[in-house]
Amino acid sequence: MSGGLLLLMVAFVVAEAVPVVRQYGLVVFFTDEGWYPAAGQFNLAPMITGTLWAGFGALLAAVPLGLASAVFCRFYAPGTVAAVYERVLEVLGGIPSVVFGFWGLVVLVPLINQWQPPGASLLAGVLVLTLMILPTVSLTALAALDALPPGYRLNAAALGLSRWTTVWRVMLPAARVGILGGVLLALARALGETMAVLMVTGNVVRHAQSLFDPVRTLTANIALEMAYALGSHRSALFVSGLLLLIVVAVLLWLAETCTGSPAGDR
Amino acid sequence: MSDRLLSFLPGGWFWIAATVILFGGGCDEPGASSMTGRLVVTGSSTVAPLAVEIARRFEARHPGVKVDVQTGGSSRGIADTRRGLADIGMVSRDLKPGERDLIAYPLARDGIAVIVHADNPVTALSHDQIVAVYRGEIDNWRQVGGPDRPITVVNKAHGRSTLELFVAYFGLDEGAIAADVVIGDNEQGIKTVAGNPGAIGYVSIGTAEFDIAHGVSIKMLPLEGIAADSAAVAGGRYPLSRTLNLVTRREPGALAREFIAFSRSKAVQDLVHQQSFVSLVE
Repeated sequence: MSGGLLLLMVAFVVAEAVPVVRQYGLVVFFTDEGWYPAAGQFNLAPMITGTLWAGFGALLAAVPLGLASAVFCRFYAPGTVAAVYERVLEVLGGIPSVVFGFWGLVVLVPLINQWQPPGASLLAGVLVLTLMILPTVSLTALAALDALPPGYRLNAAALGLSRWTTVWRVMLPAARVGILGGVLLALARALGETMAVLMVTGNVVRHAQSLFDPVRTLTANIALEMAYALGSHRSALFVSGLLLLIVVAVLLWLAETCTGSPAGDR
Repeated sequence: MSDRLLSFLPGGWFWIAATVILFGGGCDEPGASSMTGRLVVTGSSTVAPLAVEIARRFEARHPGVKVDVQTGGSSRGIADTRRGLADIGMVSRDLKPGERDLIAYPLARDGIAVIVHADNPVTALSHDQIVAVYRGEIDNWRQVGGPDRPITVVNKAHGRSTLELFVAYFGLDEGAIAADVVIGDNEQGIKTVAGNPGAIGYVSIGTAEFDIAHGVSIKMLPLEGIAADSAAVAGGRYPLSRTLNLVTRREPGALAREFIAFSRSKAVQDLVHQQSFVSLVE
């Protein structure tokens, strides 16, 4: 039944997106002068790059930190510290995104502004998204590591491998399928995030030339304009929504197929 | 199945009866309004704080009524009212010629002021300087007599009436504005300017005065030599003024009519003053 509901939603988005494509074609979304819907200009390219920069930037930061957190928790931390750390990660993962956005607007953006104006920038977006997806990466990595047979660790110890070698050469490679699944889920969340990036990235529609430039993501654009958009403008917003839908669907499908594949070297 | 139903019934019927009696009895109190229903009010983020306060007082007088106030910009107010998604729209400007299918009910007067950070030593900017700053031709505060700091231009998102009135007054082309940050609601703009000593933006005078009185570190710049405060708007001296309106479709419902009448009555003018808007009833 939920599958049927999902299909209905996708069909609705496609149906709403068709009018502008029929009127202007698909190429205009990349070749128009800019995003000026009132004048019939629908260039999505700056916002697509904004979304990708923010999402992949956050991933670049969150994956090493998340894996490091998971490894610290399982292999290096004493029992109580590990338990507390895991609880903290869970709480961090449960904080609503708008709270991150508010904190970003009131604390992070002025801080970045002191370093390099304007403050509301791609960097702020990346940092906020990193905080949001780090628990996802970390907790799925922990679950993947816990799912490994104890034999791995015992055999490594029997072979006299150091703790770091065990982690880096044995445990992480063995758990890579589960970790990858978590990474893809985190990326999907980062790409779909709306409120937090709306409040901290500056929302200016242009390609970012540096980390300190403001950007607008596809999601923030929909949030800013959907309430009052009519006609082709509204249809164009649905096109951007459809684009996001397809990208996230592909990522989630990849995540599922990756974690479903048998661990070849068991 | 019927056995389980019977086992619930004796206790269940008692609680149902008790609830009906308690609530039914409550509604018979003298003085309580018999109006019930739900109102959805959407639109301008300038009008919204005032609408929330009026709604609270209205709900106190009519316990069966629930009023939902949502922001989203004046354009959202117009669009939602037209499509029936909202009963009443909040619009912080006069209706345009193309919007004659709606009726506007003036609520209060307000102005639009240019705001900068409270620590910014610049005390005034001329008309041409503001245009140049927003076009990106002046990009450092030292070019207008301030410290050596880049100017962060804060602009409102398309569809906000504050933006429309600002560009109309200054003769700017919306596409020519070189913004560094684009914001949605008034409060997002105020927080952005308050957190950035080099920022410049524009907001409703009422909202800014209210926040300044609550310790937010922004200040308003005078326009054409006239200080930006609600007294200047009340006296008709402030050049960039506007009317705050509630709008409905041609045939509003009874509850909407009641709410609008209440919003324009003497009973809520203290709320208008509290929000630093200018009352139209006096």
